[in-house]
Amino acid sequence: MSTLLEVSGVSVSFDGFKAINNLSFQIAERELRAVIGPNGAGKTTFMDIITGKTKPDEGRVIYGDKSVSLLKMSESKIAQAGVGRKFQRPTVFEDQSVFDNLMMALKKTRGPLAVLFFKPSAEDNHKVADLAEQIGLSGALHRKSGELSHGQKQWLEIGMLLAQEPRLLLVDEPAAGMTPAEREHTTDILREAAKTRAVVVVEHDMEFVRRLNCKVTVLHEGSVLAEGSLDHVTKNEQVIEVYLGR
Amino acid sequence: MTDAALPRRQPFALRFPSVMIFLAILALFTVGVTILSEGFGIGVISTSFIKTLGKTLCLCLVALAMDLVWGYCGILSLGHMAFFGLGGYAIGMWLMYARTEIIVLESLAAAPLPPTPQEVSDGIATQIFGVVGSSEFPPIWAFAHSLPLQLAAVVIVPGLLALVFGWLAFRSRVTGVYLSILTQAMTLALSLHLFQNDSGLRGNNGLSGLQNLPGLDDVPQATVSLWFFWASALALGLGYVLCAWIVSGKFGSVIRAIRDDEARVRFLGYPVEAFKLVIFTLTAVIAGIAGALYYPQAGIINPAEIAPIASIYLAVWVAIGGRGRLYGAVIGAAFVSLVSTWFTGGQAPDINLGVYTISWVDWWTVLLGLSFVAVTLYAPKGIGGLIDLITERKSPNRHGASLGPDQGSLREQEAEK
Ligand SMILES: Nc1ncnc2c1ncn2[C@@H]1O[C@H](COP(=O)(O)OP(=O)(O)OP(=O)(O)O)[C@@H](O)[C@H]1O
Ligand SMILES: [Mg+2]
Repeated sequence: MSTLLEVSGVSVSFDGFKAINNLSFQIAERELRAVIGPNGAGKTTFMDIITGKTKPDEGRVIYGDKSVSLLKMSESKIAQAGVGRKFQRPTVFEDQSVFDNLMMALKKTRGPLAVLFFKPSAEDNHKVADLAEQIGLSGALHRKSGELSHGQKQWLEIGMLLAQEPRLLLVDEPAAGMTPAEREHTTDILREAAKTRAVVVVEHDMEFVRRLNCKVTVLHEGSVLAEGSLDHVTKNEQVIEVYLGR
Repeated sequence: MTDAALPRRQPFALRFPSVMIFLAILALFTVGVTILSEGFGIGVISTSFIKTLGKTLCLCLVALAMDLVWGYCGILSLGHMAFFGLGGYAIGMWLMYARTEIIVLESLAAAPLPPTPQEVSDGIATQIFGVVGSSEFPPIWAFAHSLPLQLAAVVIVPGLLALVFGWLAFRSRVTGVYLSILTQAMTLALSLHLFQNDSGLRGNNGLSGLQNLPGLDDVPQATVSLWFFWASALALGLGYVLCAWIVSGKFGSVIRAIRDDEARVRFLGYPVEAFKLVIFTLTAVIAGIAGALYYPQAGIINPAEIAPIASIYLAVWVAIGGRGRLYGAVIGAAFVSLVSTWFTGGQAPDINLGVYTISWVDWWTVLLGLSFVAVTLYAPKGIGGLIDLITERKSPNRHGASLGPDQGSLREQEAEK
């Protein structure tokens, strides 16, 4: 499997505080990866860097077959290149219906003129309907998404991500605030998604990570502490000390 | 999943009954006013009031533009009246030029030799620029002789200014209050520039006599006022349909999303800046057209018209009417500007408190300011919100409600209330 994303030697500091410290990370196509680490380890900042929200002080971020650097691209260009992101706090457009949210996310030309003259085809409508089914929101298509429960919003956001058809999916704490049954459904969706694209999942909950059943990267103070199977990293002395032994 | 749950693509008119209702009311209003007018009807409404009504329709149109840019896209521009004024200046230049040309030609007709083009041009320039001590055409009047070119300027000049300004501002991600201040600075700079005598637009004298259509001196103002009234009603109707079409589709979805969470829209891959630029420029063009219809009815335009306060009033109208809904903007502009005409026109009876007499001409702005604050605090939906009481439209207005993940279930209970 070829490498899809390579982050090497990246550092970021906020007002002198090093949030990310010489971090290196690689993920292959169609790989599922869990990223764990204590609060403030830099997991969200790591995603900010890949998606162009935060520009690192040094380091490289190389993406795709053509090995383009993401550092010079705007957030929207990076998203168009196939990097999708789910935020820690669910951010859906509360004032708009589930249908509108999904339709907006659907992979289409993003320019203003194309959007102005856009008319959904029957196929587009079906795609939206299928996605809604996948995330269990078929019955809520025409409700304002602000009316959904927290867990449903998380799903809607995952649905919007899938609608974007990204090659790399970054998911920040998808299971936060979900019931055990909802969590299980979420693991299924993510594992399914990882069959066709690379998925990086940040999560605190060990049970959730165990169910994902994939390679795990442990972040601590802005750099990688350990990497390997969940059993492998949980045996690591340092990991136990900084994270599990809290 | 059955198709039944998917939205059916009905005709535009059926999907948006409010557009049809609006157009019907506008048409009825136009016919009614025509019947009651002096020019074509029974003469109940005076010509000057026809002009007031026509001007009000133009203000409604620029309020629509303001609602699109602010209420839908979240850009609080406090400079859109600059575009409105530029539209007025663009058409005013032709009106003044063409009328003066006729006068000059008439006066030169008596001369023994036919006048040379240079003499004609000098004659017009002296007439127009005499007040600012000049007798030469400034370069910006190069196209003033041509109606089509000045009509083009009505859309091109505001559009171009908005495009350049917006490109610079949005590209450097200026948002929120900083953007509002920048737009105020823009309109202030423009008005100060126009106040100067060498700006080429007659300084603080502005352009005048715009109510007289060149070559149509025989047509009474009672008729001309109705022509402009109809044109304004038509422009408002078309503008409304255009805006409704824009906000109804996916474009509307995206700009409302930009208003609510612009960063998130970027991560969906939409070039947010380009969308803002399109809306900013388009609304500037609409404002320019509204201005071009307004000033011939007002008869005069001067730089005071584009003072920063004018654009602030525009925002106040839209806020009072209810932003984020097109009819709200129209209601706000019509209501506030007509009430304002009533108060400032000296028609409102003064209130004698014994020690102090409240004279509305002075106190109207205070009342307006207080209403604005009251609406912002207690009725953010504005007057348009009253319509919700009839249609029982509900919106989960919980923007920024950031209950942490742990209390997530709370949100559900909230929503079900
Ligand atoms: N914009 C910012 N300005 C200043 N400090 C920041 C900024 N963003 C993040 N930080 C700091 O960088 C560190 C890493 O933050 P980050 O949000 O990436 O952690 P995290 O691993 O996602 O934590 P959590 O598990 O709580 O979500 C924290 O100490 C945080 O306070
Ligand atoms: Mg985080």
